[in-house]
Amino acid sequence: MSDMVLQGAAQRPARPALKTRLAAKGFDGTTLLVLPGLIAVLALFIYPFLYGVVDSLTPQAGAWYENYRRFFSDPFLYNTISATLWLALPVTLLNLLLAVPIAFRVRLMRRQRLLTTLLVLPITLGTVLVAEGLLNFLGPQGWFNRTLILIGLLDTPLRLTNNYWGVFASLLITGFPFAFLLTLSYVTGIDPAIEQAAATLGASAWRRFTRIFLPLLVPGLSVTFCLAFVQAFAVFPSAVLLGAPAGATRVISIAAYSAAFEEYNHSLGSAIAIIMGAVQLLVVLAVLGLRGFFYRGSASGTKG
Amino acid sequence: MIRDRGLGSKLWRTAVWAVTLLFILNLLGVIATVVTNSLATRWLGTWLPVDFTTRWYFAAWREFQLTEVLLVTFQVVFLVTLLSGLIGITTAYALARRDFAGKRFVVLVFLLPLLVPPLTYGIPLATLLYQVGLGGSFWGVVIINLVPSIPFVVLVMIPFIEQIDPRVEAAARVFGAGTGSLFTRILLPLLLPGMLAALLLVLVRTIAMFELTFLVAGPTSQTLVVSLYYAVFASGVRASQSIDAMAVVYMVTTLFWLILALRFVNPTQIVARAKQSQPAH
Repeated sequence: MSDMVLQGAAQRPARPALKTRLAAKGFDGTTLLVLPGLIAVLALFIYPFLYGVVDSLTPQAGAWYENYRRFFSDPFLYNTISATLWLALPVTLLNLLLAVPIAFRVRLMRRQRLLTTLLVLPITLGTVLVAEGLLNFLGPQGWFNRTLILIGLLDTPLRLTNNYWGVFASLLITGFPFAFLLTLSYVTGIDPAIEQAAATLGASAWRRFTRIFLPLLVPGLSVTFCLAFVQAFAVFPSAVLLGAPAGATRVISIAAYSAAFEEYNHSLGSAIAIIMGAVQLLVVLAVLGLRGFFYRGSASGTKG
Repeated sequence: MIRDRGLGSKLWRTAVWAVTLLFILNLLGVIATVVTNSLATRWLGTWLPVDFTTRWYFAAWREFQLTEVLLVTFQVVFLVTLLSGLIGITTAYALARRDFAGKRFVVLVFLLPLLVPPLTYGIPLATLLYQVGLGGSFWGVVIINLVPSIPFVVLVMIPFIEQIDPRVEAAARVFGAGTGSLFTRILLPLLLPGMLAALLLVLVRTIAMFELTFLVAGPTSQTLVVSLYYAVFASGVRASQSIDAMAVVYMVTTLFWLILALRFVNPTQIVARAKQSQPAH
């Protein structure tokens, strides 16, 4: 017994102090600076999120799964998922399809600043203002319909507000700049020497795009798709103001909001909010999973 | 630079530019509609209004109590910017300088709020805030806006801090600088451009942040964008010119900060986090 104590005492000077050992693993005074931010996010994001999960499982009446049962048995509620996907997926795809060729053109421009600044406008103006502007612009007497009638494409004005297309247009206007600027930053990150090498070896523009750029861009494009999809999927103000909030554009965020703050059923509201997060997560995971089939690696040319 | 000269590529180029032009024309059309309508006396069924007037701005200012709303907006926005700056930059400094067990997990925690739709965490958080008694209050609006702002500052600042050579700090230490003077004399001047960029972006984003503010804003804690939403929502009640006048006030507020922000940041940073500096070839 006393031998072991003595042994322990003899070993102690050989072991560095706790502070030194922690510092060697990266924990010291500077690491503690991470705490304010971490505590804030844990308290304001993780805790409310877990609270929401528990809240959604303790309904006002019935079994623990009552909120989820109600959501998936009431067509007025579960149809919001398809309504939201039906808006968000086509818009996100269209935005990406437009963003890629335009980013490829803009990359060759020397003065991109004016164009990119113009395109940042709708992001900073936000969805509410774009919705308000589009209500007049796309309305039956708005400039859009008037121009189409003037150049003879139409005889009677198209109905573009208070339905699916109004929301579609607003998501296009706020979503395209986002997709474009992200795509542009990925496209300009590819070393032009790779394209020059392909052109020297006689690859046509189409072959250079499909065989060189596309494989290098797939990781970036899938991230862009996910981020743009997250934005489109969360559509809320424009679906109310520009769409038909009781009909075709009754998106899932409207259902969540009205359950929580109009019916005062925060338990059901949390449940719908969590279903919303889960559906979005599924789409994001599917896209990122598809990405695994493509090339991953450096987009910069290397010498030797 | 490679330029293709075939007819097909010429047509393709024209088509791409035509689509871009169409998009920009429509975008400017939307903005011009709002501005024109706010200045119109009557505008029904014609290309341009009958006559122009500025009286809607005075009407909107009174009707929507814009003095109070603007005051609240700026208080909220500056407080959110300040708090997320203080918290975010210290956190980003630790994450940029130290490698520790669980760092990947911490970074993931900061990424999540930017990847989840605002309403998914906004509804439970708003419920909690109402239970604590902060719902509808000024501080409730500030707190809910901090959720996306702090992670945003952290993620934008990490690459900026990583760019600063740690040997500069070590040299300052060798010459006897304390933590205080190290921060004010070395880090602050070097980080200032990055900090300005990050904070201005938070500012612009917070002014336009609708969903979260909407969930907790009460009658006295509405920001400009929430008031605008309510005005458009109840658009039968007020003259549309008056609503558009308020929309122009909102536009001017955001654009002022956007133009200021663009002096310090690359437009692509507004959507993505700052790209790490490219290695030299």
